Amino acid sequence: MADQARVGVVERTVPLTDANTRMIDLRKRPRIGESLIQIILFICGFISIFTTLGIVFVLGRESLLFFAHPEVSLVEFVTKTVWQPAIDEFGILPLVNATLMTSLIAMLVAVPLGLGAAIYLSEYASERARSILKPLLEILAGVPTVVYGYFALTFVTPLLRNAFGKDVVQIYNVASAGIVVGILIMPLIATLSEDALSSVPSALRQAAFGLGATKFETAVQVVVPAALSGVIAACIVAMSRAIGETMVVALAAGASPNFTFNPFLPAETMTGHIARISGGDLSYGSIDYDSIFAIGLVLFFITLILNILSRWIVNRFREVYD
Amino acid sequence: MTTTNPATMSAERFALETRNMHIYYSAFRAVKDVSFGVERNKITALIGPSGCGKSTVLRSFNRMNDLVPGARVEGDVLFRGQNLYAPDVDAVQVRRRIGMVFQKPNPFPKSIYDNIAFGPKINGWKGNKGEMDELVERSLRGASLWDDVKDKLQQSGLSLSGGQQQRLCIARALAVEPEIILMDEPCSALDPISTLRIEELMFELRQHYTIVIVTHNMQQAARASDYTAFFLMDADRAGQLVEYDHTEQIFQNPKDSRTEQYISGRFG
Repeated sequence: MADQARVGVVERTVPLTDANTRMIDLRKRPRIGESLIQIILFICGFISIFTTLGIVFVLGRESLLFFAHPEVSLVEFVTKTVWQPAIDEFGILPLVNATLMTSLIAMLVAVPLGLGAAIYLSEYASERARSILKPLLEILAGVPTVVYGYFALTFVTPLLRNAFGKDVVQIYNVASAGIVVGILIMPLIATLSEDALSSVPSALRQAAFGLGATKFETAVQVVVPAALSGVIAACIVAMSRAIGETMVVALAAGASPNFTFNPFLPAETMTGHIARISGGDLSYGSIDYDSIFAIGLVLFFITLILNILSRWIVNRFREVYD
Repeated sequence: MTTTNPATMSAERFALETRNMHIYYSAFRAVKDVSFGVERNKITALIGPSGCGKSTVLRSFNRMNDLVPGARVEGDVLFRGQNLYAPDVDAVQVRRRIGMVFQKPNPFPKSIYDNIAFGPKINGWKGNKGEMDELVERSLRGASLWDDVKDKLQQSGLSLSGGQQQRLCIARALAVEPEIILMDEPCSALDPISTLRIEELMFELRQHYTIVIVTHNMQQAARASDYTAFFLMDADRAGQLVEYDHTEQIFQNPKDSRTEQYISGRFG
């Protein structure tokens, strides 16, 4: 029997028994749980995408209504520097300018602080210090923005007025709002950058140390460049957050749509204006009511462009390290 | 061997010398009582089974263990008559003179040129662009990589093959002009042909540098080193130096029976 098997003679050497002749069932069988979960997950995905599309649709439709008013022209909307709905002046530039100024000031505060904190946490802090500081930073990110608003109004503004003079710095001003928005987005930059920095392989740090680099040289010349795409992405996420931030600017920056580059004067951002107008008694279909959708649409495009930009930057500057 | 001042004597003879060195990771003693001298302009191989402390010993030679929390060295590691672990010795200065090549090639995600230029730049390089170009070329030639990369110096160091990357790492170490180059299993991630090229390179480098190499590969130690130190862990799992001698001596006529067993492949 063994010999036959060795030379490959086609002859049954194992007796036919029930065990090896019975048909094994390999047919597909229904898995209801599996398909149910697939459907549920699809619905989850669909709802979030549908909601986004719905928002864009509503913004677009209401904006069209706004531009259909005879008092409004698209050209004036994007070129004029006066926003006075009471006298039918709808130039969005003062609002855009205020938004960009608060965001710029916020970034000037948040990028150095946040990146510094991230470098400290990832490169210098002991395991113990990190385990205390990182949750603290995340708590800072969880403080309600209205608290930050009053912090701006009752702490930062008096500070600025004492530093630069009460006739220079108005009670409501762009600088105070910008600084506090900066503090608000700092944890975002810090935690996202820290993630990017700590995922740089330690082999690169070792290489730098082995060449006689100090900790600082290693951090600044090796780790940060290797994590640059993540750091830039963090900054852009934070920038989007600063542009969309409402409460702090509504409370601290003032309620007058001035077109000014002086950060110590009051100005109104797009979000602040939407919050103020929609808080009042607006009648449906009025020109003021429609205007906030047009502003919302502009805001949407600005953040959309930033998001596309961040994607592009991440892909363009990604330093592949492995 | 009967000089009255042993420090001066060994500084002349040895590039590096350890005396009663113990290395701890927190409470755990990883290396116990190691004393030996690394000969100048020779290749010294550290061999032994996994966990015997050979890499730990290597990394104590340029204070890379400082980066491990809880790591501590007792005893002396003498370099030019100075103890590297004296309180006033700066680890950064030590690493500028005692370079290191790692197990896995770890070029920076920068251009080939910038990989080489990094070390000199952080070491206060004062020369102009032309001199840096020369230094880059000299370092790459020193690592026998110049002909492979001379036309693509601005490409990423990571675009090279594994063996080329490792030679780039060697070139990068050469650019800071160290006296000693430590190599921690530099060929373990490489194919046999790349390994051979690195070994040939080590023989060339020996003229100007002292090389200490940790290797898992006994054939490599046998064919590519002048001296061999055999490490083994004791009952407490602390690594100890069992035997240290000329490589031929270790491989052909070991004095210790454990060395004999290890090199004949009976364990490890």
